[in-house]
Amino acid sequence: MTLARFLLLALAAWAAGAQAAPDPFKSTYQPAASTPTLIRNATVLDGAGRRLDGADVLMRDGKIAAVGTGLAADGATVVDAQGRWVTPGLIDVHSHLGVYASPGVNAHQDGNEATDPVTAGVWAEHGVWPQDPGFYTALAGGVTTLQVLPGSANLIGGRGVTLRNVAGTTMQDMKFPGAPHGLKMACGENPKRVYGGKGKSPSTRMGNVAGYRQAFADAQDYRRQWEKYQRELAAYEAQQKDGKASRRKRDGDLKPPIEPRRDLRLETLVGAMNGEIQVHIHCYRADEMAVMLDLAREFGFKVAAFHHGVEAYKIAERLAQEGVCGALWADWWGFKMEAYDAVWENIAFVDAPANGCAIVHSDSAEGIQRLNQEAAKAMSRGRQAGLDIPPERAIRWITSNAARSLGIADQVGTLEPGKRADVVIWNREPFSVYALTDRVYVDGALRYDRAAPATQPESDFLLGQPAGGAL
Amino acid sequence: MRANHAMARVLACALAALPLAAPAQDLLIRNAWVHTVTERGTLERADVLVRDGRIAAVGTGLAAGGATVVEANGRPLTPGLFGGITALGVEEVSLEPATVDNASPRDDDKGMPPEPRPEFDVTLSFNPDSAVIGVNRVEGVTLAMIAPGAVSGQAVVAGQGAVARLDGRADAIVPASRTLFANLKAGVSRAGQIMLLEQAAREAKPPPQMRDGDFRLLTPAGREALARYLAGGRVAFAVDRAADIRQVLAFAQRHGARPIVVGGAQAWQVAGPLAQAKVPVILDPLVDLPDSFDQIGATLENAARLHAVGVRIAFTNLNDGTHNARKVRQAAGVAVAHGLPFEAALAALTANPAEIFGLGAQFGRIAPGYVADLVLWSGDPLEVTSVAEQVWIDGRAQSMRSRQTELRDRYRPVTR
Repeated sequence: MTLARFLLLALAAWAAGAQAAPDPFKSTYQPAASTPTLIRNATVLDGAGRRLDGADVLMRDGKIAAVGTGLAADGATVVDAQGRWVTPGLIDVHSHLGVYASPGVNAHQDGNEATDPVTAGVWAEHGVWPQDPGFYTALAGGVTTLQVLPGSANLIGGRGVTLRNVAGTTMQDMKFPGAPHGLKMACGENPKRVYGGKGKSPSTRMGNVAGYRQAFADAQDYRRQWEKYQRELAAYEAQQKDGKASRRKRDGDLKPPIEPRRDLRLETLVGAMNGEIQVHIHCYRADEMAVMLDLAREFGFKVAAFHHGVEAYKIAERLAQEGVCGALWADWWGFKMEAYDAVWENIAFVDAPANGCAIVHSDSAEGIQRLNQEAAKAMSRGRQAGLDIPPERAIRWITSNAARSLGIADQVGTLEPGKRADVVIWNREPFSVYALTDRVYVDGALRYDRAAPATQPESDFLLGQPAGGAL
Repeated sequence: MRANHAMARVLACALAALPLAAPAQDLLIRNAWVHTVTERGTLERADVLVRDGRIAAVGTGLAAGGATVVEANGRPLTPGLFGGITALGVEEVSLEPATVDNASPRDDDKGMPPEPRPEFDVTLSFNPDSAVIGVNRVEGVTLAMIAPGAVSGQAVVAGQGAVARLDGRADAIVPASRTLFANLKAGVSRAGQIMLLEQAAREAKPPPQMRDGDFRLLTPAGREALARYLAGGRVAFAVDRAADIRQVLAFAQRHGARPIVVGGAQAWQVAGPLAQAKVPVILDPLVDLPDSFDQIGATLENAARLHAVGVRIAFTNLNDGTHNARKVRQAAGVAVAHGLPFEAALAALTANPAEIFGLGAQFGRIAPGYVADLVLWSGDPLEVTSVAEQVWIDGRAQSMRSRQTELRDRYRPVTR
């Protein structure tokens, strides 16, 4: 089989939903070299809902090896964490770092391909500038994994990418190996404002929904074309094989089928319908989220999370029943009409029902540095409203629940043995305005050490800037 | 003192006649952890007596004398917080122009003279009933600067603002706090902006510098307004870059204005000159990324470094300073985590902004004679898990309900 034929088959098989398309922009991420490390005597929030006092965390070969009390060092480097707290590395499911990089100059506006309401063919990873200083400040805040999404100008903005938050020269050096892509969609005011302002559709919420539906209807048609092609190709291949075996030509020989033209937009939407791409929808209002859930049912895709969801608390039970996460802010509100009905308790109320999945997200280069504080605010307000939210529950909002919505819960988000050793040591309980990270490990390697400023990674952009005070 | 009392009583009676203003009750807050923000520092178990809306005494074992008694049980009591530079009361929903009043008419509007417009007074738009105010008041924000925005792009002079009291009173604006707002920001040549400022300053000075027929930037009202601020008035400059801060200092010195730096991402680099010139800085302690080239070197230690050399600092939320004005409290806590002493952080939310805006003898401290704007907290007032349990303005207990608490209670889930 030639390579071209192999790729063709692979693509055809993917389009029919059999397997994921090969990623042309493969991750080149490599965990940094690490020595086995034993963090001793900490208060551990494991991200899976447990709190262990006076506990140890052992990291070996880049993985969590054990969590418990009185673990043997067995040659591991010992870190005394008496009085400190340990959590999984934090995960932000909604960032624009790299695509709206600092400094926010015109040249760095790479997050919205605002030229068409459906740009499902664009990928955020192709706009990510790895030198965004925001990656580095986020690392200091304990963030070890993040999803970078396109913006919300479009109904369907394109694919998001999940990154390891490590210093990299290329985007591929940061790309989370094997993590599914995200699909960014947007409800409400933004798309209709952007395109209505240009005299184009959508200019209303009606136009928004018509836009999603037509795009997914086109994707269904596209999927059928590929399925038909795959069937014909299979028949042709079978006949060829058969013909070769009998070494003679016959009447009624099939012609090789013509491969449908690839459409990058529809390819992405088919990926979403086939469950290979996690669907993340920017959507503020409860009523619009309900429309989007019906839309998802119509086209057979699953919503991983509603992002921003300022009114998610109004439909918390429904979200929980459908297994849809709410990726939310603690206190942002009022900047537009669809953000007017905010409450402090949104995250806690979405978390409350059985199977509720609340996530604290940032959408902000500032907020991503303090996801722990955002969670703390939400935790406190939930408690004030009568909910029982201990720290071991709230930590899930910025670790395991986030991992779940990104489709990487088997690898990160908790301190369970076998998971990637993404670990943060905090100088005190993380749900405090005074809490700071002491150390941040990614895949068992120390990537940030507050006590050793000279070792802290820094963006190329900030090197040699006299105003930085370093020269 | 006695005369003051009498006056306050008359005022209180007058207010009592208004439907919304409950009479100022005498109040004794007992056994509080009192952050006085004065030389007395923090009093670990103290009583605060309020009479006629003013603080009458701070001490231990104070007699109630008929006042309503509130038992604090050791919880922290602070002065009401200053919410920073905001558009409270002049902006309801940011992206809905019909609810936004914080900018002067655009210079491309028909018939409007070109900017700058120092005569634009944003406080004339102030709506004390804005729901945004209530949302912030229940978080302990009792005062805020209501500032004009520069929505029309590069308005070098945005107009005038003033501090408002946030209890819904009709006469919310405190005249003594009036301040002119100017911008010196990237996007248009800084030299061009200074050129416009210089031209405006020249026009505001009395003749014979200007003659009939000369080109003028300012209207007659603008000239009068600017003249007041140049003669020792407060001018707040939104400026980040160290080089531009030096230009602001020079401009203010040339023209006799008292500058305030707002933003000041690179202010720590010129902390010495700022301290020497006694120029305060109103900053957002969370700014640590170079959002623009003007902010290269931005650091979470900005507040600590400025304070260490004696610059008077106050806090604002530059990201969403109106709806989330309440976030200044968190920002203050972050400044503490990055080296600012706790007492200095609390002062930056209370006494310092009061001083900066000319209200230091009345607001921002818990001391006899001061206005009784007080907040009782569930815990450490800078901690994100603490909440304001009771807010008093002029000694009046404020409703602790807001539009957000109404929504919360409508949708509150059945407790697990």
